[in-house]
Amino acid sequence: MPEAGNAAREAILRRIRKANAEADAGAIAYAEIERGYQQAAELNATMLVELFMERLREYDAQVHEAETTNVTEMFANVLTANGMKGALVAQGFPRQWLPKGFAWNAEASADTSAMNRAAGAVVVCEVAIAHTGSIVVKGSRRLTLLPDRLLCVVREEQIVETVPEAFARLEASAKDALTLISGPSATADIEMTRIRGVHGPRFLDVVIVRS
Amino acid sequence: MRISLFITCYNDTLFPETGKSVVRLLERLGHEVEFRFEQTCCGQMHYNTGYQVEAMPLLRRFVDIFKDAEVICVPSSSCVGMMRDHYAKMAEASGDAELVQAVNALLPRIYELSELLVKKLGVENVGAYYPHRVTYHASCHSLRSLHLGDLPLRLLRNVRGLELVKLEGVEQCCGFGGTFAVKNGDVSAAMLADKLRCVEDTRAEVCTAVDNSCLMHILGGLHRQRAGVKTVHLAEILALTEEESVR
Amino acid sequence: MSIRVGNAADAPPFPQAAPALLDDAQLRKNVRHATDVITRKRALVVGEQKDWQALRSSASAIKAHTLRYLDDYLVQFEKACTAAGGRVHWAADADEANRIIVGLVRQYGGREVIKVKTMTSDEIGLNKALEAEGIHPHETDLADMIIQLGKDQPSHIVVPALHKNRQQVREIFMRTMGLKELGDRPEDLTAAARQYLREKFLRVKIGVSGANFLIAETGGVCVVESEGNGRMCLTLPDVLITVAGIEKVIPRFRDLEVFLQLLPRSATGERMNPYNSLWTGVKLGEGPQEFHVVLLDNGRTGILADAEGRQTLHCIRCGACLNTCPVYRQTGGHAYGSIYAGPIGAILTPQLFDMEHAESLPYASSLCGACYEVCPVKINIPEVLIHLRGRAVRERQSDASEEAVAMKTMAQIFADRRSFEAAQRLGRLGQWPFVRDGWIRRLPGMLGNWTAVRDLQPLPKQTFRSWWREREHKREKERRDA
Repeated sequence: MPEAGNAAREAILRRIRKANAEADAGAIAYAEIERGYQQAAELNATMLVELFMERLREYDAQVHEAETTNVTEMFANVLTANGMKGALVAQGFPRQWLPKGFAWNAEASADTSAMNRAAGAVVVCEVAIAHTGSIVVKGSRRLTLLPDRLLCVVREEQIVETVPEAFARLEASAKDALTLISGPSATADIEMTRIRGVHGPRFLDVVIVRS
Repeated sequence: MRISLFITCYNDTLFPETGKSVVRLLERLGHEVEFRFEQTCCGQMHYNTGYQVEAMPLLRRFVDIFKDAEVICVPSSSCVGMMRDHYAKMAEASGDAELVQAVNALLPRIYELSELLVKKLGVENVGAYYPHRVTYHASCHSLRSLHLGDLPLRLLRNVRGLELVKLEGVEQCCGFGGTFAVKNGDVSAAMLADKLRCVEDTRAEVCTAVDNSCLMHILGGLHRQRAGVKTVHLAEILALTEEESVR
Repeated sequence: MSIRVGNAADAPPFPQAAPALLDDAQLRKNVRHATDVITRKRALVVGEQKDWQALRSSASAIKAHTLRYLDDYLVQFEKACTAAGGRVHWAADADEANRIIVGLVRQYGGREVIKVKTMTSDEIGLNKALEAEGIHPHETDLADMIIQLGKDQPSHIVVPALHKNRQQVREIFMRTMGLKELGDRPEDLTAAARQYLREKFLRVKIGVSGANFLIAETGGVCVVESEGNGRMCLTLPDVLITVAGIEKVIPRFRDLEVFLQLLPRSATGERMNPYNSLWTGVKLGEGPQEFHVVLLDNGRTGILADAEGRQTLHCIRCGACLNTCPVYRQTGGHAYGSIYAGPIGAILTPQLFDMEHAESLPYASSLCGACYEVCPVKINIPEVLIHLRGRAVRERQSDASEEAVAMKTMAQIFADRRSFEAAQRLGRLGQWPFVRDGWIRRLPGMLGNWTAVRDLQPLPKQTFRSWWREREHKREKERRDA
């Protein structure tokens, strides 16, 4: 088997080299590739947050604003409003933001089965993109997938305007597991009617913490 | 200006009125028109159908015949599209450096009719009179090869007495596609049906375009349906003045 | 080496397949509705993106650059992915890819796998290969599930079941899921799918996926999806096998910033699709602990060798060309006889086969150019179609065919003035048997396809050039007389 694999590898690479020699494909260096698309923000900080919230609302996420001084209170309100008595908490989530009186369980303590049964999950993000209403989460892949409710905390300074800015910020995490979440799951496979929440959380709450 | 007319093989044979109208129009605007008898075909049909070898001699003929023409007018956007999209590449592939040079020198002097009028001659009102309800179909080459934009519409809007009606799905292909109409006749017919429906919905008497190829296909369908709508090339509308209409 | 593109080698030519589909009123309504919806949505989100053209240019340049150095980038990807705990396999053709994947599944003792949507697996016929070995593949994409359970064929790249309406889906689900009751609203059907699949996601240990992008720099893989089934299959199983065409590789992590802006807008008319998963190799304690990538050639290196055709490999499988194509809009995907349908299918399918099959596909187009306008990676599809028509004529067609003879005759007619004018006269004379009441309603041979649907005006009595000649004679005479 390994030998066959190597034979295919060598054959494919050989064919590629031959093909490129024959086709006389014009060569541009990677650094010469023109990138005339927008790469920097054009909106100010206030407009950024406004745009981000607008995009979140467009796909029916619940948006809450809090200050660093009252995050805990906001959390308590959101959970109560959703009828939740607790949730699974992502590794690395700032514990000081979790209100008392709720059952918080660490992500690491739950197996897949438990996650599947959990009422909800609480996570932080790496960066958020206003233009597309996206939240980028590092790790916590099952946690942000199995429970039906997802609560994500986004700090104002984590919001960028464009996708390129987000990728610039994520460069250091390029080899980590990253999930870009832009709304609840959806399908339009049946008669092009858009249905929300196929697999993955059907309910998304975003708490924006203003500095 | 001395304007050399490339009538196109199919206009010459099937739609001479379009050619006559171009001549009448340009002369009315004070220009001299010449016609070089050696011209036959630009090679589009062969080239597009895969007979690229057979199209090369036609390119050479065209270049040879027109290389010293000051300005060339072509009342067919698909033929101009053929030249702009493919002639330079064909010449390069032939390895003939002189031909490449000749083609590159010639291309900027070639104009589709509405381009010639608006861009080269700077005129949008040609003094035409055409008291009919007209809708305009944008042929694919005029849209996507020549990027004519609204040039034909600007010319039509300045025709006295003409009631211009917007065509729904104006940018949808009519289904002609050259040999496509014959090689995939069923699909061509389905596409034509959609176009006919849009034309008929405008309640126009006339459907116009800058290509007789589309119009031949559309008229063929309209007439088969006895729809009572006719097709007229843009040139033939622009050529008519009040005096001529009365006559 | 044996190239396979689904069942395309055995499919009827396009002109033969099209008529029956044109007669299917339900299909035509569904296709028209689906393509209308997506093109409208796409137009909105593209219209608001001021740097759309700049993004297209960059994407096209990145792809062209990558193809030029494809060997280096694939080796770089292999190294980085392996260093991160993944295993990379190479498959020259469909059979080899299937052998590798089946071998892996057996190695792990699996009798079933859960699959995320991957056209590449349809291309190689993976499901059939798995079933032949007693391994059952569960499609988990809603549309692919509908197709699989309904024993059907996909008809679109992004919305494979668009030819099915809700009643048809309900019937399939009730029958195959053993449901006594089921509403026919899309919400009911989706809920049924959610429940049916959840059990499988939690239980099945081996997942199979495709990849939208392979990142050479990091060895990472990116999967773009909407439903969440992708994330389920990429995250929950113990083993993940990802099969991807060699053209899926992009140079660097940051290049995703270009493609992730182009793909969702082009494919589903959204600014961003719900879920994008990006992972590298294996991470202890999270995600599959065994990860394999199968790199597939299956004819791609052949396309690379064709200077005019290689731009086909830029394709990021968005489906925008299908949605905008006036031909696809009439027939739907099945007419193309290949999982790759529409404009991209018309150039990709025959090229994978090196023109040995599917030669009718490059002609399944009126060359309107709408596809090129919307292609996010700037594949000049009309140019490639014409190029492939040239190859079909030179490599596959007989010189004695009706068409070849007609074309050669026309070339001679256009060769000089005398022949042309003689042919014009001959045409005028020869048409009279066909003219009735001033119109031609029936023509013989190939031209009969014209008159099957359209009338034709007879050739006018006088050609333009003979009018001009007459006018010049008259003017010359007037000048002499004056």
